[in-house]
Amino acid sequence: MTGPSMSGGDIALDVRNLRTRFGPQHGGVIAVDGVSLTLRRGRTTALVGESGSGKSVTALSIMGLIEPPGRVIDGTVLLDGRDLRTASDREMEAIRGARIGMVFQDPLTSLNPALTIGSQIAETILAHEPVSAAAAHARAVTLLEHVGVADAAARAQDYPHHFSGGMRQRVLIAAAIACRPGIIIADEPTTALDVTVQAKILRLLHDLQQEMHASLLLITHDLGVVASMADDVLVMYAGRVLEHADVDTLFHAPKHPYTRALLGCIAGIEDDRTAPLQPIEGLPPDLRNPPPGCRFAPRCVHAVAACTAAVPALQTIADGHSVACFRAMEALGDD
Amino acid sequence: MSAAQIAPPRPFRQRHWRLAAFGRDWAAVAAALLLLTIGGMAVLAPLIGAYDPYEANNLLRFAPPGAPGHSLGTDQQGRDMLARLVWGGRVSLLVGVVPTVLASIIGLGLGILAGYARGIVDQIIMRVLDVLFAFPMVLLAIAVAGVLTPGVGTEIVSITIVLIPYVGRLARTATLSVVTMPYIEAARAAGGSPLAILLRYVLPNVLSPIVVYATTLMGLMIVVGSGLSFLGLGVQPPVADWGAMVADGRVVLRRAPHVTVLPGVVILAVSLAFNFLGDGLRDALDPRTGRR
Amino acid sequence: MTETLLTVAGLSKSFRARGTGLFRRPVRAVSDVSFTLQRGETLGLVGESGCGKSTLARLVLNLIPPDSGHVTIGGDAFTRAGREAQRRLRRRMQIVFQDALSSLNPRMTVGVNIAEPLRLQGIGNAAERREAAHGLLERVGLRVQDAERYPHEFSGGQCQRIAIARALILKPDIVVFDEAVSALDVSIRAQILRLVLDLQQQLGLSYIFISHDLGVVKRVSDRIAVMYLGRIVEIGPADELVRGPLHPYAEALLRAIPIADPRRMRVRDLGLAEGEAASPMNPPDGCAFHQRCTRQLAICASDIPAVHHVSPGRSTACFLHASPAASRQAAD
Ligand SMILES: Nc1ncnc2c1ncn2[C@@H]1O[C@H](COP(=O)(O)OP(=O)(O)OP(=O)(O)O)[C@@H](O)[C@H]1O
Ligand SMILES: Nc1ncnc2c1ncn2[C@@H]1O[C@H](COP(=O)(O)OP(=O)(O)OP(=O)(O)O)[C@@H](O)[C@H]1O
Ligand SMILES: [Mg+2]
Ligand SMILES: [Mg+2]
Repeated sequence: MTGPSMSGGDIALDVRNLRTRFGPQHGGVIAVDGVSLTLRRGRTTALVGESGSGKSVTALSIMGLIEPPGRVIDGTVLLDGRDLRTASDREMEAIRGARIGMVFQDPLTSLNPALTIGSQIAETILAHEPVSAAAAHARAVTLLEHVGVADAAARAQDYPHHFSGGMRQRVLIAAAIACRPGIIIADEPTTALDVTVQAKILRLLHDLQQEMHASLLLITHDLGVVASMADDVLVMYAGRVLEHADVDTLFHAPKHPYTRALLGCIAGIEDDRTAPLQPIEGLPPDLRNPPPGCRFAPRCVHAVAACTAAVPALQTIADGHSVACFRAMEALGDD
Repeated sequence: MSAAQIAPPRPFRQRHWRLAAFGRDWAAVAAALLLLTIGGMAVLAPLIGAYDPYEANNLLRFAPPGAPGHSLGTDQQGRDMLARLVWGGRVSLLVGVVPTVLASIIGLGLGILAGYARGIVDQIIMRVLDVLFAFPMVLLAIAVAGVLTPGVGTEIVSITIVLIPYVGRLARTATLSVVTMPYIEAARAAGGSPLAILLRYVLPNVLSPIVVYATTLMGLMIVVGSGLSFLGLGVQPPVADWGAMVADGRVVLRRAPHVTVLPGVVILAVSLAFNFLGDGLRDALDPRTGRR
Repeated sequence: MTETLLTVAGLSKSFRARGTGLFRRPVRAVSDVSFTLQRGETLGLVGESGCGKSTLARLVLNLIPPDSGHVTIGGDAFTRAGREAQRRLRRRMQIVFQDALSSLNPRMTVGVNIAEPLRLQGIGNAAERREAAHGLLERVGLRVQDAERYPHEFSGGQCQRIAIARALILKPDIVVFDEAVSALDVSIRAQILRLVLDLQQQLGLSYIFISHDLGVVKRVSDRIAVMYLGRIVEIGPADELVRGPLHPYAEALLRAIPIADPRRMRVRDLGLAEGEAASPMNPPDGCAFHQRCTRQLAICASDIPAVHHVSPGRSTACFLHASPAASRQAAD
């Protein structure tokens, strides 16, 4: 399996063939099945897929945050040549926050309701850097200003419930970038927010990433968000990456039938009711009992016998473009 | 073309699944069998056993279990232990089951009324239940039993009163969560009257937690009833429920441990059995956990 | 040929705020909302979380009493109708909710759930009701055998099909969808949208389609109403509204939506509205949007703009588009 060689930017994080299993209590679900991805400095990589496709588990596996009965069973996560899978808990704690910052989806449950906003951000700083509490707090205020919280010095004294959803998400972002990590992982950072707030958070993430020259791994199921934010895109389905390409190729020359079908499903603001809506029939597979071969085959209009006989490997078909489909090189008409 | 065709066929037809789910829970089945056996023996007590539970025999005191003619031995007055356990079960099961059923019916009615009507009705019902609730369970039972004359009837009344606020609160909480469900709103949008919604939607969804809770309570109430007997507030000698038997036996614990231990073990087994039965019922009553 | 099926006039609703405390302010969830719905038409209703969309749906379906205003279905007063008249009118308008699974009674089989409205309305006998339920199951893309199963055995999309079948069994004229596809994945969402559109064509239904996702609303609607803080701030034909919104809020909403085409729009092109939505517990004086508005006039901070007709079929509640007469009136 060869990963695509992306031009531009040096590698910040290299994930190879990651496999994560839950079970056997849950029937032995392989939630992430051989995912490889490369994060480059100054670039945004989007991980897109429908619910249950394994996006969050991928992120948690990278961060070493999979709890039993889950376990990362294979693969490497290389940060500066160091495999994080062999790192001790202590080392991982030092890496999380300082080297890799993470922003979770739910801005309410990720904050401690009993601590002020300022002290929660200061805590992250104190955990990684030998500074005084006062200095950490002062930096927390600066960070809050930086992420666009007005009147930051006063708001730092407030508790999470005084903040709106969008404001809480800003606070989480401030905490994630407190130690200026080279890598930011954001798992559905705007799913719970209204579009006008989402626009601001996306802009904030983008600007911070540019300014810090960091790599951003953006997890989302919203193709609109992908199109506006990503440089590279990975499309996940049932635990596997089906297509990996730069954003322009993915939207304008997708090769995998799933990617193409997915693009046909979105209700764009510009389509009207006369444009045909082309849903993908059927349901995503039950991971406890996955179909043989390509996992998308049962729903794929282009599936042939080979598709259920063997698993198509992710193959590079052009620079920076790889596809896991036996028929990727054929010109497939849209049904 | 339809999405549904992907779902696997289901092995059980609708009418059988509840039983099937229950049948696969071996602990619940064993518990049910045990309770049925003990209950059957208690009901049929007059027909089975060669001995009168109250007939003393001074020649045969403290016979150990396995003694000829007395498979479970005799007590300090030479009375047959098996006969006493069977007859004692009549009282203990009565005290465990009847008040729980009564309290469940009354508590369910009050709780649903409070949760469904809200407002002033809710306020009044809940304040009354709160007052009852404020007393420790056994203390309240002692108070009631103390006012009335001791006996099985008194025990039933006092335990019933004690239990009503427990069931009532649970029923109200369950009702409050059910009435906010969108399916209630859908039923109202379809033109369902408040009564129809109460009977077809609220009651069935509130009932099963109550049934499960009540089953568990039955085991507990046998212990409470035994406690009341132990304190002399329950049935009066020579009639003895299992609790009274334990109380009687403790003075001769050294000499003949089986007089205490046997009824103790029966109390333990029966209350455990009710717990297992409750767990099994919870799974069987709820379509969502019925199959796995 | 148009026939007005539904008329909503001046609906308002306040709640006492959730939670306790001495200073419980009322929440103005819906203020003075009026619109009509024609036969066979879909009216989309968009707005951000908490702007009162669900409350408006409940008011329209008469599930909660309004503080003022009324709803008329095909000329018959619905809001303050007598019990029996109200029950009969309910047959004409049904609702589909966001959380499909919890909108189905977990203790009834799917078939019973679907047939339930007939039973509550006292229509038909058991066999006829079962027959009707089976017919609808197939119509929404499920199998007759599924009638014997329980809701929890189905996926979110399948549950939504079941809920749609139930909404259709009374042969209503109007179906209200309250965020009915919001919880679904992209591919499943498209399946349900297609079903909804097909059913409308086959049965000649009228829809009120509520969503916070303007993309979805645009896809299914003839007309769109944009809500902000309890009020409809703009209403008009879907294409025209999306192409050229009149109200500054509608414009801000449109510019905040990322388009799924990297050649057309990148994050830097997203429009950033000022500030955050005001709270319905503490709405500002004047136009609720004025503090965030980039084009506010002096009058916006003091007066609440009325709904003005701007062109045929298009209205907005904004002083920028008020006719000279109307704004002079407001200025007095
Ligand atoms: N703690 C867990 N125990 C068992 N299975 C799990 C656990 N966490 C995740 N899974 C399984 O792993 C699979 C992938 O889950 P994951 O949360 O990564 O999906 P996702 O792509 O993030 O979806 P979403 O968009 O809903 O967040 C799912 O099938 C899920 O059931
Ligand atoms: N029963 C109620 N009691 C008190 N306040 C309520 C009640 N129902 C709604 N509200 C308040 O009314 C306002 C409008 O709520 P509504 O649910 O109609 O919004 P919505 O537009 O449907 O939002 P969402 O997109 O989040 O579903 C909110 O501020 C909400 O908190
Ligand atoms: Mg996730
Ligand atoms: Mg709503």
